[in-house]
Amino acid sequence: MARRSKVVADFDAAVAGIQDGSTIAFGGFALPGSPFNLTAALLRQGAKRLVCVGNTTGGPRKPRNPDIGMLVENGQVAKVICSFTAAPRASDVLPFTPYYERGEVDAETVPQGTLAERLRAAGAGIPAFYTPTAVGTELAEGRETRMINGREYLLEYALPCDVALLRCYQADEAGNLRFRRAQRNFGPIMAMASKLVIVEVEEPILPAGAIDPDDVHTPGILVHRLVHIPPAPAAIWPSLKETR
Amino acid sequence: MPWSRTQIAERLAREFQDGWIVNLGVGMPTLITDVPLGDREVFFHAENGVIGFGPVAPEGQEDIHLVDASRRYVTLNPGAAIVDHADSFALIRGGRIDVTVLGSYEAAANGDFANWKVKGSKGGVIGGAMDLAASAKNVYLMMEHRTRDGSPRLLATCSLPITARGVVKLVATDLGLFAPTGTAFAVRDLAPGVTLDEVRAATAAPVTE
Repeated sequence: MARRSKVVADFDAAVAGIQDGSTIAFGGFALPGSPFNLTAALLRQGAKRLVCVGNTTGGPRKPRNPDIGMLVENGQVAKVICSFTAAPRASDVLPFTPYYERGEVDAETVPQGTLAERLRAAGAGIPAFYTPTAVGTELAEGRETRMINGREYLLEYALPCDVALLRCYQADEAGNLRFRRAQRNFGPIMAMASKLVIVEVEEPILPAGAIDPDDVHTPGILVHRLVHIPPAPAAIWPSLKETR
Repeated sequence: MPWSRTQIAERLAREFQDGWIVNLGVGMPTLITDVPLGDREVFFHAENGVIGFGPVAPEGQEDIHLVDASRRYVTLNPGAAIVDHADSFALIRGGRIDVTVLGSYEAAANGDFANWKVKGSKGGVIGGAMDLAASAKNVYLMMEHRTRDGSPRLLATCSLPITARGVVKLVATDLGLFAPTGTAFAVRDLAPGVTLDEVRAATAAPVTE
């Protein structure tokens, strides 16, 4: 029986059908793993009232690459769930910030490890967990904590997502993913946490089996759509200078 | 003469023990990767899953896929490993990090510190700081002793929203190295020429010898 191909023609086809109101996980930590091309396609696709999950809404750096902040500016976002909801330097202002301050977008600021574990838990069928992180802080006010073995822990809930948008180094036609270096970051857990997993791939898509099973970081059974990133300027390939 | 940022990094790095797993926060703490450690070997862990990274890559040798938690293009030392974000923070909460060195707006004599939210900000800059603060074996802060307008950053209790309660072991500033005792900052070292009186004048909490 022929294998149904997960490879789609272009970025627009890759994001087709994403519904208004979806919760979308955006992979990436700084440049590595950030799905700039799929995010650009989502800006064109126009789905509204999105809940956007990612490490950050996107920084104030220029030139800007497509990020959650641009979706906010485009009127597509109801809420963000991020570990950074303000600029690291007090003198900087995130593009997202004025929308947040005017109350046009909601935000949940989550410690990075809690964000990662909420995604992991969602993918692993664990509805909630206790963590020592954020105990005693403003984030824990009014929330359930519990003493376990003499230490106080904060209850956190899993964060299931409808869609994950990821960028990886290599993929095969079966959807198996291999990330490179720090590109892995949130990719595998966002894939686990999401019902529809869409990936932009840097290398040409390999025949099934070309990635040794021992080297697969995310198994293809979790991945639905793959799109190979064409060379610039047809697609976004950020340069080293952009985070300098 | 107060310590320069490099000298603060060097002083704090003297506290590292051979074999420690070290996590460095954004900003000043990143200077520590350039401090020579003699015959001590430490392993640098970054929140984004890079374990065993080395100095910043020389110009022209950067790897587009390899940044540390401060977005610097770093190198990998022999024996380095990469894990995903869940595993990276499992290492943190699991108690494997011997020390995290974080920047901070405020440090308090009761061991609290505040480094994620400034006054008037609706959002926050948490990153991995709360996870690290809650679960690293040692929390060291590296910061200027005063704000730009001269106000003390070392206080009896924090005025800003805290990152974690009672966890700070050492605070290194341009004036010296201090250990919160619960009610005071105990002087562990002073920058050359800096007097106890100068430190007391610059600190909004008791300072003990």
